[in-house]
Amino acid sequence: MPAEPPVASPTSLGQAYALLAAAPHRPIAGGTDVMVQIAAETTPIPERMLDLWRLDELRGIRVEGDALVLGALTTYTEIRRSPLCVEHALALVEAAATIGAVQIQNRGTLGGNIANASPAGDTLPVLLAMDASIVAGSLRGERTVAAADFWPAYRRTPLRPDELVLRVSLPLVAGRRVRYRKVGTRRAQAISKVVMALAWREDGGVWRHVRLALGSVAPTPIRATETERVLEGAAPRETVADHAAAVLRGELRPIDDVRSTAAYRKAAAARVLHRLLREEGGW
Amino acid sequence: MTITTRPGPATPVSPAAPSPVRLPRAGELARGHARGAPLRREGPAKLTGTALYADDLVFPGAWYGATLRSTEPHARLLGIERDADFDWSRVVVVTAEDIPGDNVVSLIIDDQPILVPVGGEIRHQAEPVALLAAADRDTLREAKARLRLRTEPLAPVFDPLVSSQVFAHFDMGKGDIAAGFAAADLVVEGTYRVGHTEQLYIENQAMIAVPREDGGMTVTGSLQCPYYVHKALKRALALDSERAVVIQAETGGGFGGKEEYPSLLAVHAALLAQRIGRPVRMIYGRHEDIAATTKRHPAIVTHRTGVTREGRIVAQEIDLVLDGGAYCTLSPVVLSRATIHAGGPYDVANVRITSRAVATNTPPNGAFRGFGAPQAEFAAEMQVNRVAEALGISPLELRRRNIYREGGVTPTQQVLRESVAAQEVLERAAEAAEFERIRERTARERAARTASARTARGIGLALGWHGAGFTGSGEERMGSVASVELTAEGAIRILAASTEMGQGTKTIFPQLVADELGVPYDAVEIAPQDTSIVPDSGPTVASRTAMVVGGLIIKAARRLRAQVEERTGRPFAESYLHDAQTWGGTREDERFEPYPGVHFDDETYTGDAYPAFGWACAVAEVEVDLDTGEVAVRSVVSADDVGRVIHPVLAEGQVEGGTLQAVGYATIEEIKLHDGRYLNDRLQTYLIPTAVDAPRIDAILVEAPFSGAPHGAKGVGELPMDVGAPAVVAAIHDATGVWIHDLPASPERILAALDGHEPPGPPGISA
Repeated sequence: MPAEPPVASPTSLGQAYALLAAAPHRPIAGGTDVMVQIAAETTPIPERMLDLWRLDELRGIRVEGDALVLGALTTYTEIRRSPLCVEHALALVEAAATIGAVQIQNRGTLGGNIANASPAGDTLPVLLAMDASIVAGSLRGERTVAAADFWPAYRRTPLRPDELVLRVSLPLVAGRRVRYRKVGTRRAQAISKVVMALAWREDGGVWRHVRLALGSVAPTPIRATETERVLEGAAPRETVADHAAAVLRGELRPIDDVRSTAAYRKAAAARVLHRLLREEGGW
Repeated sequence: MTITTRPGPATPVSPAAPSPVRLPRAGELARGHARGAPLRREGPAKLTGTALYADDLVFPGAWYGATLRSTEPHARLLGIERDADFDWSRVVVVTAEDIPGDNVVSLIIDDQPILVPVGGEIRHQAEPVALLAAADRDTLREAKARLRLRTEPLAPVFDPLVSSQVFAHFDMGKGDIAAGFAAADLVVEGTYRVGHTEQLYIENQAMIAVPREDGGMTVTGSLQCPYYVHKALKRALALDSERAVVIQAETGGGFGGKEEYPSLLAVHAALLAQRIGRPVRMIYGRHEDIAATTKRHPAIVTHRTGVTREGRIVAQEIDLVLDGGAYCTLSPVVLSRATIHAGGPYDVANVRITSRAVATNTPPNGAFRGFGAPQAEFAAEMQVNRVAEALGISPLELRRRNIYREGGVTPTQQVLRESVAAQEVLERAAEAAEFERIRERTARERAARTASARTARGIGLALGWHGAGFTGSGEERMGSVASVELTAEGAIRILAASTEMGQGTKTIFPQLVADELGVPYDAVEIAPQDTSIVPDSGPTVASRTAMVVGGLIIKAARRLRAQVEERTGRPFAESYLHDAQTWGGTREDERFEPYPGVHFDDETYTGDAYPAFGWACAVAEVEVDLDTGEVAVRSVVSADDVGRVIHPVLAEGQVEGGTLQAVGYATIEEIKLHDGRYLNDRLQTYLIPTAVDAPRIDAILVEAPFSGAPHGAKGVGELPMDVGAPAVVAAIHDATGVWIHDLPASPERILAALDGHEPPGPPGISA
């Protein structure tokens, strides 16, 4: 391990904002990404770090109005154990269950997954599919960014150096369904090769508000909008599934990397989508 | 677990040399005592965290060492330049010109330098060029970043099929290959490839060198073969035998990965320690360990098989190419084992096997559980399973018609006189796994499968053989020694260089000696693996420890017992304390002598390639996700003939661990390369199966003893590695109808076959 940078551990959000306003700090929550990156020397050693772990203002899962709100420090274990998440965001529970080992799930946070901005972040397609909003804050105040705008380029976010992710808001939509599927190299503790979340609302026998989001198939988590258009207003019949799978295959532009190949990612994504549509259509 | 205590009717018992040693028989296993399954010696220390691995050892004043490596696959080294702005007084730098002895890593041939000299040739991306040491790791890291290599790039070679540098080659066979093919009704051809895989021992490579007052060097570390390290150390530092001392620290796994690499690391640590006159710690992190240390040799194996309509294999023509990487290391020996095993455990009248191990500009490959046999036998079993399919004969039945039986003759003209358990392991595994019944069921399921099916189940079978101990006359040349002594204080002590790396050496040796002497297990001690204390019993490799070194200590114990009983006139157990008090210590050294009737001719490469063979059969059941090509291996039944079971729990553990390792090698483990560098050189990217990926494993231990060893044991460590992968790939075929010719049979390869898109490139070749 390289030399340890100084770490500030504020106990209130106000202190954290003030520290960030005074000098750039690398925020650290559970540390499950940043500590690995530092140890592997894939990131420069930060000059200063800001330990968020004591900021209890960033914890908690609650329903506020017609949204499920999760504090940025919510761990994957808390998501898995939350009755509110099971009731309102089962796909997020499924995603949390696929991440790392128990130790990682105890330390890793939803806010960390968002801010780390990996194209393979396992919760991010769920947030995209559920039209999540991400609330960031600083001394200058709070602002809300749609998940769809949060990952504009490879490992980029709109966060400014003095801003922190505070919470995530998932709108509760009556009748919405969300399916989640992760394809990894092994059955646990694997970074995804393809990760997919599909959301829709059934309305008079057809699907509305279709959202198809994927990870590990592009430089960022993405929505497959061409495929969404095929499914919007359609019913999950076999011909629709065939068409949607073909469009998805054409729409994705994944790459060959150390985990998998572009050809596999396209084929697996299309076949998994086809399967989800088959299961929903019951044919 | 099942233990067959006598060979079944298929493998008649050899009347030769009934063993005087009573090892466990059915029903005796629960009785405790040395004959049962005593607790492993080092188990409590490992469980309680008090076992001291190299990185746990404290040497006051020690500095940290690091290695500056090449970042090019092939280049001429023109210079090593130091940043003038850095304070170099805080670090020590060692380059090739500082080596007092020979700049070679002593092994088979002297091609690999300890450090590339200026003017010399860099031959792979991870090649050591300079060493650094500093009092703290931050300074070390900073200094390392301030060294620059000046190089002139040379054209690299990555494809073993176009490499012109051959480390070794063989051409062996029997019968008349042309006549064999002429008699065949059907000829099946196939090419099979295996990529690099990583041993992934839990403990990384680690060595600590401590200068001695006599001007010599003591090296303590994680290793399999103390005397290999000893030899390398003496030569590089120009030391005599007494002033070079090698001590094994508690070792967290090896699987062959700590057979040759520790020699290089020990010499690196020793060069730095000698230069600064202080202890130096060289403890690799996982990234450096995967990036720089040896891997399983990639292999390309081409088969052409002639078979009659009745299912008799009449001709085998096999060509096998191993990628040795940049330096020779153990490649000739790996190649010879691969070549001898290439036909599989089948008695074929007309055989020709050609093979070569070649150089590429990738890090050197080396020993890994099975030592060339798993690659060769993967291809052999794939081929036999494809022949069975082509003939429409059950894979089980086709094997029955072709396996070796007593009197069979191998491609080296070895007559298998005894201990041939091919049929027994085959029948036992097939029966326990209900192979034929489940195969009928999976065939029905396959026929009835519709497009809506998400998963498919399949079953597959593979048979293997594994030559016990060193190939050819290796054991005779090595002349290993192991000892048993009764000390003047009345302690019974085993002196052997065989190392414990998790497999059970320190448990089975006291068991064997306790049995021979008639004393309790706990009465027998084992001396530390320290070259200043124990004799050279040879390396802990080739599944030779139980058979060869175990045999030596039994014979030594037998002589000790006879001496004491002659002096005291009473049974050893009752009289040895008195004997020690009266006569002082007695030490019996036993040197290896060739097994009776075992002869091998190195010139013609014919004769008894191994004193005996172990036999194994695996039956795997899988479930394949037809959407994604993901494979869940549900169960593996593995029947393994180990000659004689010494410790049933440890033996079963070897079968289970080897089977799981084979499942990973079969399905997901694949080193990917770019420009001669491993891309997935971290635990984040080189994945092995987790507990939830592990199949149910049923180990059936079969005993067809080898009469040359006093206890009949033939070794167990490598056997399961030979059969797991072809059984899994056969099961994938049974489930999906597609043959995956390359390992691993990854979801990418399976889905390409199911989906009809372009498969990934072959394994083991750098992009």
